[in-house]
Formats: sequence, C-alpha cells, structure tokens
Amino acid sequence: MHIYNNTKEGKMMSVPRYWREMPERTRLEAAKCNGCGIILFPPRGKCMNCGSESFVQYALPRRGKLITFTIVRSPTKGFEKQVPYVLGMVELEDGTKITVPLTDVFPEDVSIGMNVEAVFRKVFEDGESGIIEYAIKFRPTL
Amino acid sequence: MIMRKVAVLSTGLTKVDKHWRKSLRELYGEAAKAAINQTKVPQLDALIIGNMCASDLSDQNNIGALLADYLGMTPSMAYRIEAACGSGGAAVLGAYTAVASGMYDFVMTGGVEKLTDGVGGNTTYSLGKAADAEFELFYGSSFVSLNAMIMNHYMHVYHTSREDFADLAVLMHKNGARNPYAQLPFPITRDTVMNSDMISDPISLYDCAPVGDGAAALLLCPLEDAPKYSDTFVEIVGIAGATDTINISSRTDLLTLNSTVVAADRAYKMAKLTPKDIDVAEIHDTFTITGALSVEDLGFCEKGKFHKMLANGAFEAGGIVAINPSGGLKSRGHPVGATGAYQVAEIAMQLCNKADKWQVPDAEVGLAQNIGGSGSCTYITILRRGR
Repeated sequence: MHIYNNTKEGKMMSVPRYWREMPERTRLEAAKCNGCGIILFPPRGKCMNCGSESFVQYALPRRGKLITFTIVRSPTKGFEKQVPYVLGMVELEDGTKITVPLTDVFPEDVSIGMNVEAVFRKVFEDGESGIIEYAIKFRPTL
Repeated sequence: MIMRKVAVLSTGLTKVDKHWRKSLRELYGEAAKAAINQTKVPQLDALIIGNMCASDLSDQNNIGALLADYLGMTPSMAYRIEAACGSGGAAVLGAYTAVASGMYDFVMTGGVEKLTDGVGGNTTYSLGKAADAEFELFYGSSFVSLNAMIMNHYMHVYHTSREDFADLAVLMHKNGARNPYAQLPFPITRDTVMNSDMISDPISLYDCAPVGDGAAALLLCPLEDAPKYSDTFVEIVGIAGATDTINISSRTDLLTLNSTVVAADRAYKMAKLTPKDIDVAEIHDTFTITGALSVEDLGFCEKGKFHKMLANGAFEAGGIVAINPSGGLKSRGHPVGATGAYQVAEIAMQLCNKADKWQVPDAEVGLAQNIGGSGSCTYITILRRGR
C-alpha cells in the first residue's frame, strides 16, 4: 500500500513542527546579531555577515511596503480552496524583507509599493482531523 | 595539492518525455549503457548519480545501490546526490572531484528523474521542497510562485513586459525543434506564450519548463588516459558550485543569482577564460525569468538588458554566445535531477561535433549552468574540446 504523508486526509505537518516555528510565524520574532547588528529572518545558527553566534531576540516591525507579489492560480496541496491567493514580499520599516501571504484584499487591487500591516490569520487546515495552522499575514494598511 | 585533469569520455541521453513504460532504473540504464558502450574502459570504479524526487514520487531511496545493481556494477562504490534541480550538475562536480583527487579512475555519473511517477499534486509539492519548507512552502508558495515574484519585480525595476520574456521561450522552442532528445520539439510564437494559462502572475504556462522524465549519463576518467579509450572526448577545464540563501526574501538583490555569479567566476578563473571565450552555453531556464537572470549573471549581457540582446540575435549561433541549442529546459525539458547532467552531456556533444541537426558550428569551449531551487545553489561546468 502507498502511504504518503500528504494524502487527501491531510496530515501534512506534525504538531511539533507547527509549534516549533510559532515565534517567527505568529510573533514575527527575528534574531539581531550581537556582532554586527544585522537582522536575520528567519534566524540562523551563525551570522552570514560577521560569523557571530551571539544573537538577541528582536521583534520585527509590523508595517512595511510591498516590493513584489504574485497571484497564485495553480495552488500547492492544501491550498486548493483559497485560489486565487496572493503571495508577496514585504520590506518592513527596518528594511527586513519577508515572504508572506496577503489577505483582506482582492487580487486585482494589489499593487507594488502598497503599504501593508501584519495581521493574525488562519493559513490552512491540515485535513479533516489535523490541526488548524495560523500565522501572520499582511493586509493593506487601514 | 596536485589534482589530475579530468575528461568526459562519453555520454548517453534518453529523450526527455513522459516515459510511462520505463522505471527509474530502466531510464538511467538506457542512458548509462549508451555511454558505456561507446568505449571499452577496463572497469567502472564508482557511480555518483543526481536525483531529486525519487523518494517522494517513486518511494525509492538508496538510488546509488539500485543503479549499480541494475548496471552490474556491484560492488563498486555508489551514492546519490540531491541538490534539488541542481542535482545533476552537483553529481558531475562530485564525479569530477572523485577522479581529480586520484581516488577513482573511471566514474559513471549523471542524473535520472521520474516525475510522472507522481500522483495528483505530489509532483508540484515535491518540486516545491527545493524552497524553504518552514518559511516559504508553509504559506502555500510553490516553485512557480516564488519565481513569479522575482519576475514581477524584474518587470517593475527594468520596465520590461511579458512579451520580452515570451521571446526567450520562442527561441528555446526554435532550437529544441531540431533536437531529437527534446520533450517539446516544436516551434511556438509569442502569442502561444501570451495566450497560455496563467499559473502564477506573471508566469504563464509557456514561461515554464514542462514536467517530464529523463536520464543523462557521463563517463569520466583522467584526461591523460582519455585518448586510449576515445578520439572524441572533452576536458573539464573549469568547474565550481556556490550557494545563496534558501529563502529568496533574505537576498540583498532579488534580481541577482549570486550563486551563479560566484560559481561562474570561480569556474572562469579555474579555466583561465572569460564569458567572451564561451562559444555555446546550456543555461538553466526553468522559467523565462530564470533564463534571463542566468544570461545576465553568467556575464553574457548587462543586468536588465537580456531582452535587447535577445532581439539582436546575440544568443543564437553566430551571435555572442549560442544559448541552449538543445532547446533548454523550456523545450528539451526539465527532468529536474537529471537536467544538469543533460546540460554537460549536450555541451560535450556540441564540442565533439555530435549534435547533428542542432550542432553549433565550430564550438570549442562550452559552459553548462545548473541551478537548484530559486538560485539557492548553482553548479557550473566549463568544457573544452579534447586535444
């Protein structure tokens, strides 16, 4: 019998794999390098700029500008019901760039340069009996 | 450190296609036998194979042993290398170092991919794993959508249009129409691209390489031994790999494939060559945007100018450099973990004058550029006709 970890029933992700990344995905926690001061998101084991292994917890700004985006019409598994959905790259107020979904906006109304802000949203449901996964998305600034 | 010079002694390819009747081992077996049977080497010491998706789509790991067994190579050493779509180029680099170091003399390498073993959305999902699973894939992004964001940014920064990119796909299909190994060997027009279904704006279906199966095999040996076994061999004069952040948003410049810039620079230096010396190049055009960034970052044209050079015929035979006479990923096809091996084999065929209808006249030096992920790794191989 074929056993895929992503059948129609869902179960794409183990529960620990979901909660392990909650600081980054639900609180926008980054790492600030104690050696050179650059911001790493997602955090790394060593600084790509100065090689330091010493970091301090850093809360990313929750507002920024949209640098680029795409309207996804051919979804990946688990996102079939959300088509068309918008993925974007946001440059936050401190210059950090992150890849995030956009929400609360019609795809045709999205434009490069648009001001956006963080909001807590559901990302997807892991099948009929799996967990419901949440994360920060971005919406046009109110 | 004294390293031996290395030659590609022979190559073998299957047509890239939906090979419903052939398994993973049969596909590589076909390509490998074609390479092995062109020459009579005393033994095969090792097999280093590139593959990306077999564990997801064919429920098969341990591909080194599987293929060594199928080819009657046991007990020779064998293993698989995985570097997403860069697996084939990475395997060639692995085989090169194995021969150059003096550890093995005759090494089989190449790549094999069986994407049509995937059911439903499994193939797209498996390919997506080239990106950052926790911070890109988690949000419903795919390999296409990440590159679509790069293309949208390029169009915004350099004021280019979808038509400019479509013309690259048109050239690839014009080339691939002559290649008997190509998956999509037919010409298209700009309208074919512009009217094809939108996958992830601004990338439409005909901006994308197709999904297919294929295998490419290469037999490597020390350069000094090559003339004993073949009169059509090529020398690997430059080879290098490099990486970039796996997450595209962590890059300083979204429009530069830094892994390509660095790997190319190292390979050019090793070969004591510059981009001007390259007669023919097989570049990694997974999407038209990837092809555009690649010709720029390999040093064949200035940033933001690919479409102007393309319109001037710079990338055709007789231009600055013949780009993808095979048809590239767009038309020859993109059996992901085998693609880099196809590229090196195709360059070897060009330099040995074995490319028949898709031959570039008088090609002496050629380059293959194989990318993994959205530029998170690149493997460059520069070949020169054997003397």
